[in-house]
Amino acid sequence: MTRSLLLVAAFLLVSSTSAGSIPTTPGNTPLPRDSIYQLPALLTDQQGRKFDWRARRGTPQVVSMFYSSCPYMCPLIIESGKAVQKGLTPAQRARVDMLLISMDPKRDTAKALASVATLRKLDMTHWTLASPAAKDVRSIAGVLGIRYRELANGEFNHSSSLILLDPEGRILARTEKIGSVPDPEFVAAVRRATALNP
Amino acid sequence: MRTLAVMLLLLSPVAGMPASGGEYVRLPGGEFRSVLKYEDRKGGLRIAPFQLMRKPVTNAQFLGFVRKHPNWRRDRVARVFADESYLTHWPGATALGPTAQALQPATQVSWFAAQAYCESEHARLPTWSEWEYAAAADETRGDARKDPAWRERILSWYSRPSSAALLATGLQAANVYGVQDMHGMVWEWTADFSALLVSGDSRNQGDADSSRFCGAGALSADDPENYAVLMRVAMLSSLDADDTTRNLGFRCARSIP
Repeated sequence: MTRSLLLVAAFLLVSSTSAGSIPTTPGNTPLPRDSIYQLPALLTDQQGRKFDWRARRGTPQVVSMFYSSCPYMCPLIIESGKAVQKGLTPAQRARVDMLLISMDPKRDTAKALASVATLRKLDMTHWTLASPAAKDVRSIAGVLGIRYRELANGEFNHSSSLILLDPEGRILARTEKIGSVPDPEFVAAVRRATALNP
Repeated sequence: MRTLAVMLLLLSPVAGMPASGGEYVRLPGGEFRSVLKYEDRKGGLRIAPFQLMRKPVTNAQFLGFVRKHPNWRRDRVARVFADESYLTHWPGATALGPTAQALQPATQVSWFAAQAYCESEHARLPTWSEWEYAAAADETRGDARKDPAWRERILSWYSRPSSAALLATGLQAANVYGVQDMHGMVWEWTADFSALLVSGDSRNQGDADSSRFCGAGALSADDPENYAVLMRVAMLSSLDADDTTRNLGFRCARSIP
């Protein structure tokens, strides 16, 4: 009984978030001109759900790009994100979402993304791993200021950054210091962002 | 002479005619040796046949695009797609003039704007490899790059002050493929400008900068003598997708199905 109730609740939750393009901010105010959400982008997450990234509006985000078959740097990017979260109080942690966008949508199916989430023991209440359409990858990287090149063997050469967005999708801070010791200035910026009201 | 100019003006899209798309020529492609050393492609590059605009996109053509797609007007564009200086050399949001003439190349356009323009004519920006391949030719040869005279001629353009007025497009001799103004005119966006991950010079070893790129090493020069092309790479690799500059334009390409 409880179990089926939970399922129904989960279903309702999923369908309300995957309704997607409706911004979660009060009213349908126009996006600021410097919001990265000005770029239309449809993503598919680790559970195969499609969503307009504008559905992230209303909550500060820490965003990065990665690819799941990446042996060295990408696990570090994920560890950096976790380290940032560790630098927050539980209340602050609850008010920022982590979004990892794949630069390798060919290979990064929902299943591949889900296995990264399991392997890295990600708390999926606040983490989303998602793949864009192949044609949108360069533009998404463009608004995020990330550079990459696909190599002949299917790996990627890429810049590594964590990027902090305010609830409206404006870039507040970024760091290229990737590793298990978080960039203190970046963590401070995330703390301030969690205090922002959408 | 004056009447000729007036006639040209009447014929140009500024006079109210719909902006016609640029003219494309077909390039055969084939094996190509880049000035860049691709560690992952030691066998060399193979360029598929493609179409490329004969000339860079002009102000008149870009004006036609902006009129049709007002979200690309300089007073309406989303700032995330184009920086503050986007099209600021135009006298008005939808007006050309002495500082931005109809036949001059469209400059002060961002990568996003250039890409949107090409998409509007069912085209795309060329890849760096396609651009480099097309730019290796001179009037008579598909690959003139080993010729010191060719290099000299291109380098002499770089020595001109960047504040000098831009030439009108289409006045320079066409290369062997029928493409004009690849050199001596403007820098040009490529679709994959942000794939040009050029390693910083050796002084940066150990700095934060040198770890910017993960994976199998950054690109380096395979033909360090070819400054003319390497300067293009250095410039493109320094840009962000919303950047605009006085001397940065573009042309479009199409794949051949």
